[in-house]
Amino acid sequence: MKRETIFELKSLYRDSFRITGLTFGRGEKSACIVGALRGNEVQQLYTCSQLVRALKRLEAEGCINSGKSILVVPSVNTYSMNIRKRFWPTDNTDINRMFPGYELGETTQRIAAGLFDAIKDYKNGVQFASFYIPGVFVPHVRIMKTGYENVDMAREFGLPYVVIRDPRPYDTTTLNYNWQVWEANAFSVYAGTTDTINRGDVTLAVNAVLNFLHKEGILKSSGCAHEGYITKIIAESDLVNVQARTAGIIDSFVPPGTNVMRGEVLAQILDPFEGSVRSQIISPTDGVVFFAQEDPLVYANASVYKIVHM
Amino acid sequence: MIETVTKVDLPVDESLRILKNRIQRGEGRRISIVTGTHGDELEGQAVCFEVAKKVNEHLECLNGTVDIYAALNPLGIDSITRGIPGFDLDMNRIFPGSEDGVMTEYVASKIVGDIKGSDVCIDIHASNIFLREIPQVRINTETAKTLVPLAGFLNVDFIWVHAAATVLESTLAYSLNSIETPTLVVEMGVGMRLTREYSQQLTDGIFCLMRHLGIWSGEVTEPRRPIVSTDGQVQFINAGASGIFIPQVEHTKQVKKGDYLGDIVNPLAGIVEQRILSPCDGMVFTLREYPVVDEGSLIARILEVQG
Repeated sequence: MKRETIFELKSLYRDSFRITGLTFGRGEKSACIVGALRGNEVQQLYTCSQLVRALKRLEAEGCINSGKSILVVPSVNTYSMNIRKRFWPTDNTDINRMFPGYELGETTQRIAAGLFDAIKDYKNGVQFASFYIPGVFVPHVRIMKTGYENVDMAREFGLPYVVIRDPRPYDTTTLNYNWQVWEANAFSVYAGTTDTINRGDVTLAVNAVLNFLHKEGILKSSGCAHEGYITKIIAESDLVNVQARTAGIIDSFVPPGTNVMRGEVLAQILDPFEGSVRSQIISPTDGVVFFAQEDPLVYANASVYKIVHM
Repeated sequence: MIETVTKVDLPVDESLRILKNRIQRGEGRRISIVTGTHGDELEGQAVCFEVAKKVNEHLECLNGTVDIYAALNPLGIDSITRGIPGFDLDMNRIFPGSEDGVMTEYVASKIVGDIKGSDVCIDIHASNIFLREIPQVRINTETAKTLVPLAGFLNVDFIWVHAAATVLESTLAYSLNSIETPTLVVEMGVGMRLTREYSQQLTDGIFCLMRHLGIWSGEVTEPRRPIVSTDGQVQFINAGASGIFIPQVEHTKQVKKGDYLGDIVNPLAGIVEQRILSPCDGMVFTLREYPVVDEGSLIARILEVQG
């Protein structure tokens, strides 16, 4: 493993801001894995650290095919992580809305440009991503429908689901979108939580990336006990959105991954002062809970669950 | 009359209401004045106040409808938060919203639905806490033909016709312009502050525009003749070092190429990290207000004088 500083920015009073890259193997730029892009993506950082641990072992055992190299970037926003903030400390901008970046532009545009310059030529790009609403996903791979997406390759992760998303205007400035525009095969891996660590989902996500690297001929062996699940491909628009009709405290009965039936009570919304039930959230379909929000306080119209229709 | 555009219950004993003040007399056209999308931009508050006050005091001069939306993001304004508190979302990146969407998208869709059909909409912004701007209208090239003539009445100093960017398709102005509601984006002043001179300047401009549209028959001032320019005439100056920016030039001043604009200093070491000089002849229309800068932070924008 070779450790290097990909990008550095001097600060007035803090230690220099650094993006660190860890490289395994030598040769063709075969795969790049990016962990936390935001300061609260602790699960994504931890997942990367466990991937690095596995790759160190595999490299020592000679399991990286010759002529192939893998770059892992565990965190792109250490400054925000160290002060427990999601976005850039001074101006609250999101690095993942700045790609492909601009080296003469504003600070986060420069950071995005510095990172992208180092990773844009990799054949495959994987980002451990998070969602803006606090909540937990069933681990899955997400790809954007840009015309360059490769659904069959996404199956190689062996995660239960691949979600295909139609890009919205703001997506055009994300890492995943720009990787695809630069002709990399780009995948976002959602490893369950964001600012808390779920070890089970970390193991799934790490194994998924190792399986992918193996099937792409980058690793001789994934080092994993099994090759994962038979993947179901779904469009994001096909996920059934279940909203809270009223605001209050949510008492949720079903975690992500639960099979639910149409008409089943998924949660109830309680009056925050009296504890009485204001409303029930009923499953509109048979399916599997794909996403569950985890904030105990909910707004009216909040998206509480997303269900994969069966 | 104060009307509720939309209402959403919050978790604990409170409702979020988007309000508008509809002042109506006669059958004439409708103007919507909108501000407070970003909770830290307050310059539009004084404009809303001045417009509502003057229209109410001279109702006999009104022929049409004036709709004032002073706070599209009331939770942000109340909590000194630029985005929507609790979501860490820039509200001006979620339009046109969705009636079936989550709370933020639902509110956005109701706002668009309510403003839709106005003969003109003025969307007032105040830069952010970092930069001070002269009163200006920013117009996407795609809508320049329709909007530049209208912007000429707003009594601003500058009309910036900028290139289209996909990411800006999520803004309120883009969404409204897409549904045949001509919307002008005004940027002026600085975040978290009021610049009374600018609010009066824009208020005068809004009455000029209202008179042009036949909504207002009262006396108005002669609008300033703004400079109309494109991206090519705007020079950006970004910090080459992190530190504290100490300006040596006043906002709105004309400068020559090579003029001394300020320093980025290291107070601890007592050294100048970067001496900033003007890259061209022109007017400083954007100037850094917040002293702490990272490498890359925008220091100034200069409208270049050609020839």
